[in-house]
Amino acid sequence: MKLVHRTHRPRRGRPGPRALAAALSVALLLVACGSDDPAGDDASADGEQEDATQATDPDDATDEATDADEAADTEEADAAPASDVTLTLLTHDSFDVSSDVVAAFTEETGIDLQLAPVGDAGTLVNQAVLTRDAPQGDVLFGVDNTFLSRALEADLFVPYRSPELDAVDPRFVLDPEHRVTPIDHGDVCLNYDVAWFEERDLDVPEELADLTDPAYAGLLAVQNPATSSPGLSFLLATVERFGEDGYLDVWEQLVANDVVVTNGWSEAYYEEFSATGEGDRPLVVSYASSPPAEVYFADPQPDTAPTGVIEASCFRQIEFAGILAGTPHEEEAQQLIDFLLSPTFQEDVPLTMFVFPVREDATLPDVFVEHAVVPDDPLELDPEVIGEGRERWVEAWTTTVLRG
Amino acid sequence: MTSSRAPERTGSPASARASAPPLAVRRWVPAALLTVPVLFLAAFFVLPVSRIVALGLAPDGQLELGVLGRVVTDPAVRRVAWFTLWQAAASTLLTLVIGLPGAYVLSRMDFPGRNALRALVTVPFVLPTVVVGSAFLALLGPRSPVNDLLVALFGDGAPTLDLRRTVTAILVAHVFFNYAVVVRTVGGLWAHLDPRIEDAARVLGASRWRVFREITLPLLRPAIASTATIVFLFTFTSFGVVLILGGATRATIEVEIHRATTQLLDLPLASALALLQLAAVVAALAVYGRLQRTAATHRLVGATVGVRRPRTRGERAFLGANLAVIAGLLVAPLLVLVERSFVTPTGYGLANWRTLVGTQPDTLLAVAPWEAVRNSIGFGIAATVVALLVGGLAATAATLRDDRVSGLVDRALMLPLGTSAVTIGFGFLIALNRPPLDLRGSPLLVPLAQALIAVPFVVRTLVPVLRSIDQRLREAAATLGARPLRVWREVDLPIVGRAVLVAAGFSFAIAVGEFGASVFVVRAQLPTMPVAIFRLLGRPGVANFGQAMALSTLLMLVTASAILLIDRLRVGQVGRF
Repeated sequence: MKLVHRTHRPRRGRPGPRALAAALSVALLLVACGSDDPAGDDASADGEQEDATQATDPDDATDEATDADEAADTEEADAAPASDVTLTLLTHDSFDVSSDVVAAFTEETGIDLQLAPVGDAGTLVNQAVLTRDAPQGDVLFGVDNTFLSRALEADLFVPYRSPELDAVDPRFVLDPEHRVTPIDHGDVCLNYDVAWFEERDLDVPEELADLTDPAYAGLLAVQNPATSSPGLSFLLATVERFGEDGYLDVWEQLVANDVVVTNGWSEAYYEEFSATGEGDRPLVVSYASSPPAEVYFADPQPDTAPTGVIEASCFRQIEFAGILAGTPHEEEAQQLIDFLLSPTFQEDVPLTMFVFPVREDATLPDVFVEHAVVPDDPLELDPEVIGEGRERWVEAWTTTVLRG
Repeated sequence: MTSSRAPERTGSPASARASAPPLAVRRWVPAALLTVPVLFLAAFFVLPVSRIVALGLAPDGQLELGVLGRVVTDPAVRRVAWFTLWQAAASTLLTLVIGLPGAYVLSRMDFPGRNALRALVTVPFVLPTVVVGSAFLALLGPRSPVNDLLVALFGDGAPTLDLRRTVTAILVAHVFFNYAVVVRTVGGLWAHLDPRIEDAARVLGASRWRVFREITLPLLRPAIASTATIVFLFTFTSFGVVLILGGATRATIEVEIHRATTQLLDLPLASALALLQLAAVVAALAVYGRLQRTAATHRLVGATVGVRRPRTRGERAFLGANLAVIAGLLVAPLLVLVERSFVTPTGYGLANWRTLVGTQPDTLLAVAPWEAVRNSIGFGIAATVVALLVGGLAATAATLRDDRVSGLVDRALMLPLGTSAVTIGFGFLIALNRPPLDLRGSPLLVPLAQALIAVPFVVRTLVPVLRSIDQRLREAAATLGARPLRVWREVDLPIVGRAVLVAAGFSFAIAVGEFGASVFVVRAQLPTMPVAIFRLLGRPGVANFGQAMALSTLLMLVTASAILLIDRLRVGQVGRF
């Protein structure tokens, strides 16, 4: 393959096995460094969480110190009380949490936390259903109201009512048996490009029905409900707003009004939306928390958000956590649920996951207070109604919008 | 197999290698060598896939095949299946038509920057489709440079070219991704073809075209056949490209399997589609098997022998045309990504890079770029070692005894390329979760899933070179008293070392870029670069998008450097005897 310009190596053949051996050692070394878990083998004794990185590493600078600590911990494992346990939290790709918040949890309870993010909310629930007999984790976080009925039907969770639930707005508690506990909520809303509408002196649409107005032709980008979670929520919003008899008519009119459909949120938000990139459409389906995110991640931060939210288009998403049936650590899992509802974690979620806490007494960060909108009366659908209609609506939508 | 046999069909494959296995290699050796590949395939492909398919077709232990009939006769499924098939065939053809001249230029022509360019064309192969999709949307959309040019030429009334959400976009992206497969697999063999055969034909008065058609093409046929098969399997199971560039109205079987598994939880449907996919893949591999069987063998020479500078004006034009294709089709999208990594809300700047390298938020899933690089390299090396072991043994066995069994194993090892990543990923989860194979949460799953995809490349790269080794060399060594292992070490290994490195480079690139099955098994704290890019792209905030682009640029740099490095290493020389 390669031109040979230089003199040849005198000893042919030798470097082959040696290079391989070296490569192998480097690989093992790298992977070993990556998984800062000296207790890998010990941990596998209980059949779970082998070779997993400890989630408690505060950061890289202290990696080595942590390694040492953990090694010490492991040696004392036998003597330690039952709390010396690692819990695996199954969750979706959008999950995140501040390191010091988790470190505090571990310090308080002695429980190490390991994260296992697996795709989007739908993938997460389906994976949990498929692996019910041998669960991949102890607690699942991230099932939302659009997939809740499936998780409950599959009997994934053992009930637990956290005492912390008293501080939570009761409207978020959708399962009276407490198999799942609400942790956060967000809203899927139409976002608009503030400057675009100002420059053209055009009124921003006030609600979903306005979108069929020819004045807004060619301005809207939505996601495919069959492949995208916000896309599904937006479809549900139209079902709730126009009823099962009327939503397809509205979608037909949206098609006539040149709506564009992408398969994922990123393509709609970064490629079609005019406020965030090269796109030319000033209306996009995104989240109520997207404007504060635009401010928060910008450097320098602008005084006003470049995007706005159309409140009457918002569909409520509530995310839940539940203890997976079959966990050998039910007691510790309950502690984890309590932690997810604790003020510390609740006040951490806005800036790590860009959602709103369910606790009424949680303080919001300034950027949320200033730039975020929490609609008073978002569109909502009962999870059971969603569970019953979801596939039918998506199928009908696909026929109308994509194959029409 | 030792003479520069005329490249026409040899009729019986056995006759071509009649003298092949005479050496003191015992009969059981090839079989023993095959046990590792067979076990690997059984444990990490057959077991997971059959478990998930069985779960879908026999949910209560009772086989229910009704769904198969329903699925096959469903007009929507038929439409998807037909689209999957023809776009894969068209992509394969287009990739070969564009890639073969490129393979010639990069393996037989000498020009400045050739090695760097060869590393560069491999880069697309490892990039996550989300990122490439974004670059192509920019290049094919209404604000593309092409349209800027049209406006500059014809004014505002100029026609705008908008290829977003078209089949054309899918095909172009498929060529972008698979160009490297042609250049490396076909080019790898092309570099070693003895130019004297072609020269002789030229001297005897044959035209260039005739020489190519009657000599070069037949000699290259095994490599072209395997390349075509690999590209076909890749594009047949295309997922991200179709989702992002094809728009919501187009879907492949792969997309539908993904949807049925991750969104609808309709396992019977997913299983039926997986079987449909498998049937098509087996058919494709059967065709491939036939093509391989009629392949001629011939002697290979050192990679440098046939390389020369372009001499005539025609040759220079040919080189220029190919460089233009590479620039427009491969380099331009890469440049878009690089450019975007420097775009900030206030114009061009280093803000994205500063944020990426500097102040990451201190959260559990925030990934310092060097960590993602380290994880990617670590997993990549581990996957390469596994792939070289499994693929190397399979290739050696196939060379030692060229029979039905080793041919079957060879083709079976290609099955994962044509199998849905969701099927394999979910299969891993439900099959490898109890002793003796309880790998839940194990980081080992990642290189295993990656190696599954890399092994066929290793086999494809090694077999032609192993087969070309002059049997008389081995016999001479044996006569001089060398035992089989020593013969292998002293004769085979030095000659095949170059090919091993090529295979290693490719395996590494595949592993670094793999974003299919391994996504389902990768753990939070060991994110690879594609996973980290994907996470960044999933968040609102223009700065996150910019960082994703910066990390993609970093991924390109790492890949290109790794390939350059591996290409520079040398173990022995082909044909230096």
